[in-house]
Amino acid sequence: METFTKIEAKNFCAYYNNKIALKNINIKIYSNKITAIIGPSGCGKSTFLRSLNRMNDLIENFSTSGELLVDNVNIYAKDTDIISLRKKVGMVFQKPNPFPKSIFENIAYGLRIHKMFKNYDELYMKVENSLKEAALWDEVKDDLNKSAFDLSGGQQQRLCIARALVIKPEIILMDEPTASLDPISTAKIEELIRKLKEHYTIVIVTHNMQQAARVSDYSTFFMQGEMIEYDETTKIFTAPSNKLTEE
Amino acid sequence: MHEEKLIYKIRDNFFPVAGLLATVVSLGVLFVLIIDVFKDGYMRLNLQFLTSYPSRIPEKAGILSAWVGTVWIMVLTAFLIFPIGVASGIYLEEYAKPGKIKDFLEINISNLAGVPSIIYGLLGLQIFVYFFKMDRSVLAGALTLSLVVLPIVIVATREALKAVPLSLREASFALGANKLQTVVFQVLPSAFSGILSGVILAMSRAIGETAPLITIGALTYIAFLPTSPFTSEFPFITFQGLKDYFTVLPIQIFNWVSRPQKAFHSNAAAGIIILLVISLFINFLAIYLRIKFEKYMRRR
Amino acid sequence: MKINKNKIIEKISEGALFISASLSIFVTIGIILVLLFETIEFFKEVPIIKFLTEKQWTPLFEDKHFGILPLLNATILTSLIAMVVAISFGLTIAVYISEYIKPEQRMIIKPIMEILAVVPTVVYGYFALLFVTPLLRKIFPDISTFNALSPGIVMGFMIIPIIATLSDDAMQAVPKWLREGGYALGANKFQVTTGVVIPSALSGIMASFILGVSRAIGETMIVTIAAGQMPNLTFNVLEPMETITAYIVQVSLGDTPAGTLEFKTIFAAGMTLFILTFILNIISYFLKNKYRERYR
Ligand SMILES: Nc1ncnc2c1ncn2[C@@H]1O[C@H](COP(=O)(O)OP(=O)(O)O)[C@@H](O)[C@H]1O
Ligand SMILES: [Mg+2]
Repeated sequence: METFTKIEAKNFCAYYNNKIALKNINIKIYSNKITAIIGPSGCGKSTFLRSLNRMNDLIENFSTSGELLVDNVNIYAKDTDIISLRKKVGMVFQKPNPFPKSIFENIAYGLRIHKMFKNYDELYMKVENSLKEAALWDEVKDDLNKSAFDLSGGQQQRLCIARALVIKPEIILMDEPTASLDPISTAKIEELIRKLKEHYTIVIVTHNMQQAARVSDYSTFFMQGEMIEYDETTKIFTAPSNKLTEE
Repeated sequence: MHEEKLIYKIRDNFFPVAGLLATVVSLGVLFVLIIDVFKDGYMRLNLQFLTSYPSRIPEKAGILSAWVGTVWIMVLTAFLIFPIGVASGIYLEEYAKPGKIKDFLEINISNLAGVPSIIYGLLGLQIFVYFFKMDRSVLAGALTLSLVVLPIVIVATREALKAVPLSLREASFALGANKLQTVVFQVLPSAFSGILSGVILAMSRAIGETAPLITIGALTYIAFLPTSPFTSEFPFITFQGLKDYFTVLPIQIFNWVSRPQKAFHSNAAAGIIILLVISLFINFLAIYLRIKFEKYMRRR
Repeated sequence: MKINKNKIIEKISEGALFISASLSIFVTIGIILVLLFETIEFFKEVPIIKFLTEKQWTPLFEDKHFGILPLLNATILTSLIAMVVAISFGLTIAVYISEYIKPEQRMIIKPIMEILAVVPTVVYGYFALLFVTPLLRKIFPDISTFNALSPGIVMGFMIIPIIATLSDDAMQAVPKWLREGGYALGANKFQVTTGVVIPSALSGIMASFILGVSRAIGETMIVTIAAGQMPNLTFNVLEPMETITAYIVQVSLGDTPAGTLEFKTIFAAGMTLFILTFILNIISYFLKNKYRERYR
């Protein structure tokens, strides 16, 4: 498959209350690849990830400088339509955060707010497809009307992935998606992620080196707000060019 | 040496003993009050009491006009405070940006919650009764009472919205929902029982309010009912009753307490039993909903 | 096009919500204007000096005097009695439920306590007049049927939950590490409670006291029913007296035409009440904010 630059940061900086959290990030993230962001806690991984769908807009006193391009368009330009951006850039959070509704309605919500179906059959079909895509369908097909809270943690996280997939994003951001899960659920989700890159560009934050090595094509290492390494994962883990990464 | 030990002992046991005592005495007072009222009024509790107008003869007097008036006022007040109170709460909690305007709105509401209810009566008298020429009508009464209890609804709405976790909002925003969609489809349904608890709490306060209604001139002696809202002709509903004079249960009770004859005091006590039962019931409903809401929030 | 429509709906709804929220501002403005307007009219006929210094309040008599002191005195006396009861009981209960019993027990006692604040005030008025006053007569044989003591005490019980609940909240907000700091120095529970918890929660506790005073000053039905409707400048709490609120009720019960001097007096009285409670409410607001911010 042909790959191209999906996301590009040019001297991108981010600040909370004018205190710098990301310093001059320059990176090209490729389409249909899995890019892992690694680094110690507090180094700015989440900040970078949440800049990509402008989730940080919800935080008071957050500001940026430099450029962040998605498909060669600066998403921090004045005329950016945040709604379309977030539709294009889906997100999965660290802790599964299903809506307090049925399994079906959790997935249908995105379709409803974007009016992405004409009739119930189409709605149902899309819900079904996305649950299949997230490898959850077989486990829940008989209780779609059950509360999402009745699912296990791993199932909830796959539900959240299905919820992001159903509105056909091009990029999926994942912020430590397995941090609150047991090893078996983690393995399932990792397998799912590897499969998803066929259709999506995936950026995943993890502070688990092994996970990065297992799932990603590219890895980048952040430290105190700076990007200090970026290369193909195989290269980084065999011959890190930077001493810090080694530790 | 021995004395010192004793002093320590007294000191260390002061709060457990005094605290228990104070709690028991406070609740004991409540208990005595209920017993006293019941003892004074139970023999007047019968169907005739509920279906008679007030009268000069204590044994023939009843609370018909009072309870019907109370129902009118409560229903109307609920309709007024729910949308306005919830909308204000949503604005302050979800939309208002931190800053001078928000601070000002907050201080203002906190003050309004503490303004004596009788002052609202003076406001209602000048604005609703005289300026808008509503006279001493059901509508003027309900509007006045709504202003009295509105701060309760606003504060409760904010508390309920505050309890909705950020992760729920983030999940919605991340899917490209806008603020309105997030609030209407996700935040409000989650906060609903908490908000409802606040509205009901406001109702339990409103049902016992007397002073503001006396101030706007609600009559203490009324031998007729507001026009029924149900009619036999099309469109089967009329709002004529809104313009009619009214009285409410607490005013009727006040009227009877103020009289010197003992027989009227029995009527007052009987009225109080009914008023107390309703207020306590409404209050328990509010508490029940609040506990349910807190449990629900903890499950998340 | 679709996006634009959504944006417009969003703007309109935000506007509607803002209007609802600003309604409360108009209520305040309305109260101030209504009170101010009639009060100014009142002072055109009665000099403010006389209002503040004369010792008689007899607007309904032939020989009219307009000194607010008797009403103010009654308001302050009944509130004082109420606060003695409410603070001694309320604070003790707050310390007890916050520091000495299990959280589950607190969760049960608190809502039951709240019932004291839910009982309608006419009911308390009845109780003060027909139960507490006869009871007090056994101790003070010359107590009048209407007096300040009985409604004052009953009002105190009504205010206990305000003080108990808010003080308990304030003490609950004191972080665990502060308490542990006390215990680490070898202090026992009593010493930690009085030396660490109460001082740390003091602004919240003070806020509850002030809110209680504000409630007492504005309380109407209990004092109207049980303290009487006779302006009386005395410190003898066994005598009848009329509070500011009771006077407003007294005039409202009669048929007083708008525009008359009598009518204006209730607004001047109301203005006095509003200013007093306004000051107290604002102080308590800032005290409450102080403790909330400190231990965020
Ligand atoms: N809402 C916020 N307000 C202020 N500072 C923040 C906020 N969120 C994160 N930060 C700061 O930004 C830095 C990076 O945080 P984050 O991106 O969450 O790190 P990571 O995800 O790598 O653990 C940290 O120093 C953190 O304290
Ligand atoms: Mg993080």
